[in-house]
Amino acid sequence: MPGSRSNRALRFWQAVLFLAFLAFWHVATSPTLLPAFYFDNPHKAAFFFGEPLKVLARTWDWFSSGTIYPHLWVTLLETMLAFVIGTALGLAVGLWLALSPTSSALLDPYIKALNSMPRVILAPIFGVWFGLDIASKVALGVTLVFFIVFFNVYQGVREVSYTVLANARILGASERQLLRHVYVPSAMSWVFASLHNSVGLAFVGAVVGEYLGSSRGVGYLILQAEGTFDINSVFAGILVLTAFALLLDWAVSFAERRLLVWQPRGGETEKM
Amino acid sequence: MAVAALALEDITVTFVSQDGARYTALRNTTLRIAPGEFVSVVGPTGCGKSTLLNVAVGLLQPSAGRIRVFDEPLAGLNRKAGYLFQTEALMPWRTALQNVTAGLEFRKTDPSQAARQAGNWLQRVGLGGFGERYPHQLSGGMRKRVALAQTLILDPQIILMDEPFSALDIQTRQLMENELLELWSANRKSVVFITHDLEEAISLSDRVVVLSAGPEAHPIGEFDIDLPRPRDVAEIRLAPRFIELHTLIWRAMKNEVLKSYARQQKQ
Ligand SMILES: Nc1ncnc2c1ncn2[C@@H]1O[C@H](COP(=O)(O)OP(=O)(O)O)[C@@H](O)[C@H]1O
Ligand SMILES: [Mg+2]
Repeated sequence: MPGSRSNRALRFWQAVLFLAFLAFWHVATSPTLLPAFYFDNPHKAAFFFGEPLKVLARTWDWFSSGTIYPHLWVTLLETMLAFVIGTALGLAVGLWLALSPTSSALLDPYIKALNSMPRVILAPIFGVWFGLDIASKVALGVTLVFFIVFFNVYQGVREVSYTVLANARILGASERQLLRHVYVPSAMSWVFASLHNSVGLAFVGAVVGEYLGSSRGVGYLILQAEGTFDINSVFAGILVLTAFALLLDWAVSFAERRLLVWQPRGGETEKM
Repeated sequence: MAVAALALEDITVTFVSQDGARYTALRNTTLRIAPGEFVSVVGPTGCGKSTLLNVAVGLLQPSAGRIRVFDEPLAGLNRKAGYLFQTEALMPWRTALQNVTAGLEFRKTDPSQAARQAGNWLQRVGLGGFGERYPHQLSGGMRKRVALAQTLILDPQIILMDEPFSALDIQTRQLMENELLELWSANRKSVVFITHDLEEAISLSDRVVVLSAGPEAHPIGEFDIDLPRPRDVAEIRLAPRFIELHTLIWRAMKNEVLKSYARQQKQ
């Protein structure tokens, strides 16, 4: 395989870049390594930007003592619920509006308005409506996921091939069977295409919701740390969230490959 | 003639585009197909062959005219007909086997029985080992075979085919034509076969109908093909009678093809 050597080199340099970044961070914030060149006090850099070793140590603490798990679990649960509920609603409403031109014409301006609204603003309202437990975070995530899925389903239904549809009709499909065997599979391919986006937004909804008011979750941990000016914990929280988001993204890619086998993609040949 | 399997009587189709422009694709076209008869309709590209077939299957309402299916007036889709589209019509998210079972599934046939029957049909169209493949993993010719099996598994009384093999290379095409003849002679249904290829029309059919060039296309000639069956489509092209018929029909078609060509040049 020709690409693999340059691929390995690429990975190597990516790792080097990361380590260089950590090294720079470490040197620039350490109170002892360099004289303070910007701040008047050698401890100020560490106060504002944290110190990488301490950030890593804090992260390690969280995992080894197990204190992080309940928070991670809550954030994951909120993400999953927001994703599932948002997708189901988006699918249902998307199918309904795409197949009913009258309702879609009627609701069009409202959909546009709701989509343009900065929905993060709703978080405090959801807090009032649903309390400070997970429901309000799920609600925020749902409003974010819903529109992504909705627009994709709408598009997916509109793009169903006329011939495939006519063929299914002639083969005897009833309207319900058309929905189940033609419209939904076609829409699902669009939903999957936006899966990375919607899972990402479900996660954003959960974390932002926690950040704005909660008693559990990784967003809450960060908020707590900020309250006590514990900048290393803030960065540790960000690190955990980022790693977690990458993990989610990877899981989505995995699911995508399993679920969309029917779609053509490049390079299905065996490499000798 | 006894009761026609399919009778299109005095069909006129006028398309009205969004800017109000009218285009009459077919004018006063009449076509009758007897049970078990194989009829080909030939005509220059764009004359209205697909339009005629869409009317026959009930996808398109004619502006005027009557359609009778075994002497019943047609309302909605033609439930006695199977339709093989010119373009891709398989569901890309279903495997070859699942595509073939689709019609049975819609009719709520027992799934295991449907799968067995579909496997059988895949075998008959020469795709025994390809049931688990998705359409994008099959060649154009294989996809046509799947589509053929998908239609024939429902055992329709009338089979409508819209240039089914026009996208295939000549060898694959002759192979498919022979297979089609074999399947048809084993279980004779009424077939309307649309093509712009006169040789294909003659080698397959009992009767060839020639449509004039559009607009306002209508049949300008009907020719009985008295070639013996069973036929091999590659060999029969060399028979003297085939050449005679070809010359005869081509004479009728030539003017129309030239007209259609001249019209395209003008556009
Ligand atoms: N939906 C439509 N609206 C307007 N014109 C159409 C429509 N469908 C077909 N036509 C026109 O009718 C004529 C016949 O089309 P078609 O039946 O597809 O031809 P063929 O199958 O013989 O190549 C063409 O000139 C085409 O442009
Ligand atoms: Mg056509």
